[in-house]
Amino acid sequence: MIRKSLQTVYVTLIFIFLYAPIVTLIVLSFNSSKTRAKWGGFTLKWYSALFKNDTILQALYTTLIIAMLSAFLATIIGTVAAIAINGMKKRNRALFMGITNIPMVNAEIVTGISLMLLFISLKFQFGFTTVLLAHITFNIPYVILSVLPRMKQLNPNTYEAALDLGATHTYAFFKVVFPDILPGVLSGFLMSITMSLDDFIITHFTKGPGFDTLSTKIYTEVKKGIKPEMYALSSIIFVSVLVLLLLINCAPTDKNKEIVK
Amino acid sequence: MNKNKKWMATPYFIWSIAFIIIPLCMVFYYGLTDKTGAFTLENIIAITTEEHWKALWLSLLLSTISTLLCILLAYPLAMILCNASINQDGFLVLIFILPMWMNFLLRTLAWQTLLEKTGVINSILSALHLPSLNIINTPYAIILGMVYNFLPFMVLPIYNSLSKIDRNVVNAARDLGANNVQTFTKVILPLSLPGVISGITMVFVPALTTFVISNLLGGSKILLIGNVIEQEFTQTNNWNLGSGLSIILMIFIIISIVISTITDKDGEGNSL
Amino acid sequence: MSHKLIDLVNLSKSYGSNVVLDEMNLYIRENEFLTLLGPSGCGKTTTLRIIGGFETPDKGQVIFDNQDITKLPPNKRQLNTVFQKYALFTHMTIAENIAFGLKIKNKSKAYIDDKIKYALKLVNLDGFGSRIPDSLSGGQQQRIAIARAIVNEPKVLLLDEPLGALDLKLRQDMQYELIRLKNELGITFIYVTHDQEEALTMSDTIVVMNQGYIQQIGSPEDIYNEPENAFVADFIGDSNIISSTMVHDELVEILGTKFTCVDKGFGTNRPVDVVIRPEDVELVAPANGTIQGTVTHIIFKGVHYEMEVMANGFEWLVHSTKLHAVGEHVGIQVDPFNIQIMNKPASEDEEAVSVDE
Repeated sequence: MIRKSLQTVYVTLIFIFLYAPIVTLIVLSFNSSKTRAKWGGFTLKWYSALFKNDTILQALYTTLIIAMLSAFLATIIGTVAAIAINGMKKRNRALFMGITNIPMVNAEIVTGISLMLLFISLKFQFGFTTVLLAHITFNIPYVILSVLPRMKQLNPNTYEAALDLGATHTYAFFKVVFPDILPGVLSGFLMSITMSLDDFIITHFTKGPGFDTLSTKIYTEVKKGIKPEMYALSSIIFVSVLVLLLLINCAPTDKNKEIVK
Repeated sequence: MNKNKKWMATPYFIWSIAFIIIPLCMVFYYGLTDKTGAFTLENIIAITTEEHWKALWLSLLLSTISTLLCILLAYPLAMILCNASINQDGFLVLIFILPMWMNFLLRTLAWQTLLEKTGVINSILSALHLPSLNIINTPYAIILGMVYNFLPFMVLPIYNSLSKIDRNVVNAARDLGANNVQTFTKVILPLSLPGVISGITMVFVPALTTFVISNLLGGSKILLIGNVIEQEFTQTNNWNLGSGLSIILMIFIIISIVISTITDKDGEGNSL
Repeated sequence: MSHKLIDLVNLSKSYGSNVVLDEMNLYIRENEFLTLLGPSGCGKTTTLRIIGGFETPDKGQVIFDNQDITKLPPNKRQLNTVFQKYALFTHMTIAENIAFGLKIKNKSKAYIDDKIKYALKLVNLDGFGSRIPDSLSGGQQQRIAIARAIVNEPKVLLLDEPLGALDLKLRQDMQYELIRLKNELGITFIYVTHDQEEALTMSDTIVVMNQGYIQQIGSPEDIYNEPENAFVADFIGDSNIISSTMVHDELVEILGTKFTCVDKGFGTNRPVDVVIRPEDVELVAPANGTIQGTVTHIIFKGVHYEMEVMANGFEWLVHSTKLHAVGEHVGIQVDPFNIQIMNKPASEDEEAVSVDE
């Protein structure tokens, strides 16, 4: 009994540690007093100020576009690569997995500056393209690492059975192999979106002046001094992430069924 | 089906050469040359100047402390979650991973708000007539920020490796006479070590190389090696020096990865 | 067989609304090879885990050597378990695995080394001490799991479907191996399996379980030859189970025809189940048979032919070394001694369930 309650206390403390800052941000986003220390009454003015702030809205738009585009392209390149890697012999496979792991284990700051140096020497215009290329680069490994296990689980006989029953290679792939690896492809896609949305460091080095994603925008704003609009922004982001995750978590079986259709 | 698919690796191969391998080579090129393009070790040796050495040492110190704190906090949590999740279907785990999906900068911003001299924590403390907590802009605040941001990266791999342990292996230890403590030290801990080690690399590397946490919570007076490199690239524009210091940083990353692969022979702990 | 070593008294266990054991009573004698046999979910593994100390019963007691050990943790019990899928410590060598229990008891190094050597020899894996578990085959890992348990000199060895993960040939070899081990060690074995062949080959006593109840306790011969109900008859071996009427003592009406039998005490004109093993059905010339039928299927099984004979509206399963062609008209005869009469199941719970395991 004592053990059980000790565990509960411990879990609760960590829970508070993790959520206190987030809750604070949400509470402060409704605080009409500009000083953080005092509660000056409930207000929604920071939310309306946020939605009138064009640079933040522009950054939000850019972030979403970059996330979707980079995740989409990374998913295509990564899935194709994962299929190829799965069929490789040990040595080639090790080589490819080694390369794939570089962006995963290397420090983001090093990946960021290395790409920056590349784009400078290629005389690229820093902005949308450079950020997109960078995001695709760090997203591909996540796609490969989530598709590969699915490929490994695949029963090679089903593909051969499709061929045996008269399917062409392409038809067999899309009708038999692809549906089986689809969950891996989707989770790679979602992971890529998350990584892209959350990235600051690599974007910081590849964005160039005047071009901002939400993360880099927050960084410059925060360095200037905290504005209550930022609290409103945090609250919105947190609540949307929470709702999204709850939806995914609560209805996984239904989702699978839909995918099958 | 495996024979004709090799060409499918070509796009990724070209991509990784162009955006992973060549950029890394450029870091080495810049790091090992001076502004005129002549070979030099100056940028590497620059780490020994007092300013850089101090930054590197402080980075190593703070990230080591943070990593240790993360292990101490995460291991018991992972164990509790692992026992609980049999009934609760991983929902509890999700709760503890959820803050990870919150934007990294906003999470750090939250601590800035909490810790400030006139911030939330101090307001509460003074309302309770307790002495105020002045750790903002000190290394302690940076450690706090590191632990807060990277704790889920430690919880997850430890949780994964713990939940992979066959319950009957634990039962077998009990069956052979081991008490709770012995079962833990002789069976559970060694079997979960791969998870701890992969957690260490997942916490240590970003903590060692961060410049954001130190900037936001250390008040830009405390320089970590990440801050020095970032400044060389975005302010002083001395790419050669920045690259040289990055090479030093990579050496430490490689050391930590080599240590982890040696210890984790089976590679089981690498799954996120 | 000597005195009761383990006595299970009124054991009940349920998970939520799912009753796994209901007021179970069972005793196990010293030196006995006792097998808990039944389909999955019958409560056999739960019983074993309660004896091992990994589960606490909701009600009832576990008495070991006249002491109540119901609440005793596993590490304080004088018995050891061989787990399903072996549960070896993968981070230790074979020798370290075997030494685990002895080190905890602070035995001397010399004693431990001796024991490791002895145990490896006993399970025919001499010289494997420095290998790691993953480098061993399934059968070898199984032997190590046994060695690891027996070096602690338990009074009772619990085995939870230990051969389940092995292939057929290896399983048969290991059955003889286990019988030999049991005889050499002279300790009690409690063995859990869903494989009737394993149970019949090795056990002194078989406990047939279904849905949390004991269906029958007896020697392998008893269980096979005189099943007490349709479930046991159906679970152990092939059988013809026919709903019939007991006319009076020593006469039963099967499918409208009267057969002489040897059972008494079932009353008069009472519905009963009759079990006739397929090898006990004799096919004779139509004139000589008690009833007549036609052969409908034949399968060659190696040692015998398996035939199905349609007679009086029932498909009789027959094992015979003598071949009868499909379509052949035959007579069926059964020795009175081979007709086994059983009471109809009292409740739905006990109703025969066909099991394909």
